[in-house]
Amino acid sequence: MKNNFLSFVKKESLHILRDKRTMLIVMIVPVVLMVLFGFAISTEVNNINIAVSAPERTDGVKDVVDRIAHNEYFSFYGYIDQEQIDKELRSGKVSVVVVFASDFDRRMEQISAGVPSKPIIQLVVDGSNVNIAGASTAYLQGILLGTASQQAMFETRMLFNPQMKSAYNFVPGIMGLIFILVCAMMTSVSIVREKEVGTMEVLLVSPVRPVKIVFAKMIPYFVISFVILVMILLLSHYLLDVPMSGGVWGIFSLSLLYLLLSLSLGLLVSTIAKTQVAALLISAMVMMIPVLLLSGMIFPIENLPEIFQVLSTIVPARWYIDAIRKMMIQGVPLMAVWKNSTILLAMTIMFIVISLKKFNDKLE
Amino acid sequence: MSEIVISVRDLTKCFGKFTAVNNISFDVYRGEIFGFLGANGAGKTTAMRMLCGLSYPTSGNGTVAGFDITREGEMIKRHIGYMSQRFSLYNDLTVGENINLFAAIYGLSKQNTRKHTAELLARLNFSSERDTLVGSLPLGWKQKLAFAIATVHRPEVVFLDEPTSGVDPIMRRQFWEMIYEAAEGGTTIFVTTHYMDEAEYCSRVSIMVDGEVRALDTPTRLKQQFTAESMDEVFRTLARDAERGE
Repeated sequence: MKNNFLSFVKKESLHILRDKRTMLIVMIVPVVLMVLFGFAISTEVNNINIAVSAPERTDGVKDVVDRIAHNEYFSFYGYIDQEQIDKELRSGKVSVVVVFASDFDRRMEQISAGVPSKPIIQLVVDGSNVNIAGASTAYLQGILLGTASQQAMFETRMLFNPQMKSAYNFVPGIMGLIFILVCAMMTSVSIVREKEVGTMEVLLVSPVRPVKIVFAKMIPYFVISFVILVMILLLSHYLLDVPMSGGVWGIFSLSLLYLLLSLSLGLLVSTIAKTQVAALLISAMVMMIPVLLLSGMIFPIENLPEIFQVLSTIVPARWYIDAIRKMMIQGVPLMAVWKNSTILLAMTIMFIVISLKKFNDKLE
Repeated sequence: MSEIVISVRDLTKCFGKFTAVNNISFDVYRGEIFGFLGANGAGKTTAMRMLCGLSYPTSGNGTVAGFDITREGEMIKRHIGYMSQRFSLYNDLTVGENINLFAAIYGLSKQNTRKHTAELLARLNFSSERDTLVGSLPLGWKQKLAFAIATVHRPEVVFLDEPTSGVDPIMRRQFWEMIYEAAEGGTTIFVTTHYMDEAEYCSRVSIMVDGEVRALDTPTRLKQQFTAESMDEVFRTLARDAERGE
């Protein structure tokens, strides 16, 4: 009866291939999300408008201004007078004004000579956008500290993601989301569709074992997810320069486990839902929202209220995203995330056992 | 009459306190067209599900095609065909793909499938529609195709659950011709229907009321027994006493 299993796989593939619209969405959404999160939506701050107020444009001042102007994060607005500062900030034309002390050059020399000094540069920052304010202050301090390097008392080294690229942060999150979407949602909808239309009844009266029907359904979705996985890995490596220093195979095997988990989750939903709409809703409410909110994809888990932190431990995506992030960006091998892998494996087995049991009970 | 294909004794099915099917007993013979009538909620579908091996009886026993319905459900499934009122083929597959799928489900070999498919398409005058998506066929054609596919593996018994509901009279007529043809070939037909004119076409008819079989005989003799003009009258006489509503 191996023959009829293959026929089922073929049938499911035809269902998917003939449904061009869904197929297109499934293949394009991951790419769009990657590009969106990779380039457009980013927590990096670029092109901050910056103005300078200096009583005297000495060589020392020009030198500093030059460095600011050449920095990719800033665009130099121009020199303004002391009285204009408030007006320019309010109008929103500039976000930061750098104010130099009148005797800037002299004091710099003193500092170089080791004589303690009062502050010689003041940053006036528009605090209405917290993100821009925080980022620009940090960047400027970096640039300006270089000027008075002798004063630098500590040095920061950003490991793993020295350029603070937000793409690094989002890629694992997108992977966690996409596979749930494709595997869990689409399998559950396709199983429930057969129940709703009535074809499932005919299959149940036939000699085919129900388990076989379900597994045959999973295979094409598994293949699609696999293609998406390869696509995402290629995109993130070549387009977004995500390092993947932990080894592609580790990332791959953990992702395959996660695919399996998503499929079994879809199976579980299909045993609960009676209509396609219900299956979609359950997928959206029970799977998507927790992935978005509780997986650490967008909001760091450490920042969540304690009760949500506890809740997040039952969200599979949390463990997956965490592990993938470590492997992709920190470059740790698969062995180092054994805890996450074990949890994911246990969850997968649990989902499969429960859903198979429920599936068989249903027949009676 | 000849060999018994379906035999049911004291079959009962309860859902909690509700007795859907109450102690029914009957025999169906080979090559017969057995009409299984009853108002909605009379227990027809429940009884049929038990015969198809989809659900276990609470008590009583029965055999279908020589296999016990409580213990040999899987064997029964190999020897029966099934078609429900809900359209049960895949709309997004072509006629040929649907036939191949069901042939594979019933374990037909490649050569057999090819032979059966060609025969089946020729019989239905469908040969030119082989690569048409089933979804684009008219309903009557779909139902004929569904019946042909339900019998593609030459089952001993075919269960038809209101196969003609919603089909126009001409197509219904053609559909019944197919049923006759299959019955003449030795296939036993077990059919439920709401159309009383169709009940007249059956070899024998059983009428279920409130989970019990209240009448079982040939249409002619039932009409005599109830001194009725038509099966419709017989049915209404019996169904009048029903306690269960729609």
